[in-house]
Amino acid sequence: MTSEWPLWEVFIRSQHGLAHKHAGSLHAPDAAMAVKNARDVYTRRNEGVSIWVVRSSDVVASSPGDREALFDPAQSKVYRHPTFFPMPDEVKHI
Amino acid sequence: MYAQLVDTGLKKVAEASEMSADERAFQARVDADVKIEPKDWMPEAYRRTLVRQIQQHAHSEIVGMLPEGNWLTRAPSLKRKAILMAKIQDEGGHGLYLYSAAETLGVSRDDLIDDLHAGKVKYSSIFNYPTLNWADIGTIGWLVDGAAIMNQIPLCRCSYGPYARAMVRICKEESFHQRQGFDIMISMCNGTREQKAMAQDALDRWWWPSLMMFGPPDAESVHSAQSARWKIKLLSNDELRQRFIDQTVPQAEFLGLSIPDPELRLDEATGHYAIGPIDWDEFKNVLKGHGPCNRERLATRVKAWEDGAWVREAAMAHARKRAAREAA
Repeated sequence: MTSEWPLWEVFIRSQHGLAHKHAGSLHAPDAAMAVKNARDVYTRRNEGVSIWVVRSSDVVASSPGDREALFDPAQSKVYRHPTFFPMPDEVKHI
Repeated sequence: MYAQLVDTGLKKVAEASEMSADERAFQARVDADVKIEPKDWMPEAYRRTLVRQIQQHAHSEIVGMLPEGNWLTRAPSLKRKAILMAKIQDEGGHGLYLYSAAETLGVSRDDLIDDLHAGKVKYSSIFNYPTLNWADIGTIGWLVDGAAIMNQIPLCRCSYGPYARAMVRICKEESFHQRQGFDIMISMCNGTREQKAMAQDALDRWWWPSLMMFGPPDAESVHSAQSARWKIKLLSNDELRQRFIDQTVPQAEFLGLSIPDPELRLDEATGHYAIGPIDWDEFKNVLKGHGPCNRERLATRVKAWEDGAWVREAAMAHARKRAAREAA
């Protein structure tokens, strides 16, 4: 029987109130051990105040082949950015 | 360096005309500094070379824990012991970051560890030398970690995303290792005459093996050109070695230690230090397994792995049992 522990992805929230960010991955037999290992491996220098772990096999990712189909349409919609609209100099606070 | 003599499996650098459309598109992305990510198409030789390089690097991190662990129980003070413990723990973490990066290329960590234990994949030659006294711990931090930083900083820009990101994390931590080593050297060089003699003795023994860490001279590095093209090797062995020498010689002068090389001199014209010949036979001998500690290092790794097997199995069995109970 294989005893290789499953792979987990680790997300850490840093001190500054930001969202959890992917820090890396590790092996652990279960979720509780994954959190413990993540604490030892990814927060040795006060990098975080909160940890999420997710089984790597549970992550659903977009495919590189779909990159154009997914992301190119946004390129032609520059009006979604506020800088698209020139504002007269006299108008303030907008 | 931590990965020495990485075989690309290729006889020569591939020309654009010999590449498939996929390979040309891949090379164009690398040339444009677009990172390659795990699910992207990549040439099989690139993938294999990276697995080899990253796993050599990972093995070096964890085998590198052994010469230092030798001095944990004999550190001269509680403070030094706590610091050394933290450094060794970092090395374990570095190994893990790198194994994880390798795993994104479709290999399992257990397979990588089996390759190490079977002697199929090397770790850095430097860890086959013994740590005879406390000054060796200072010298390792100063020279060996210093050489590692020299090599790893450019790798933060390498073409493979997971490897580059692991390198960024490692580089942030590595600077502490080098400084703690130099701090030990300062203490010993400011200590008694015997302590300073120990520091000199350690430098005498570690200087040449540290220079060998960068690997054979460029003229003999057959696989470097292809790795450079793929941007998984950004500076040549000789360039990195020269940078290391130029940086380290003044540090030795500060400590009042002499570099064990009668031919060492500063070339006024180039601003670089010139050194005497490196004994490459020694390097090859160590890589072949005939260094002072090769057998002991590998035996210690294998024993740790085998002794820990029941823990890994028990933890997995416990997790399965709990999962089954929750499902019921």
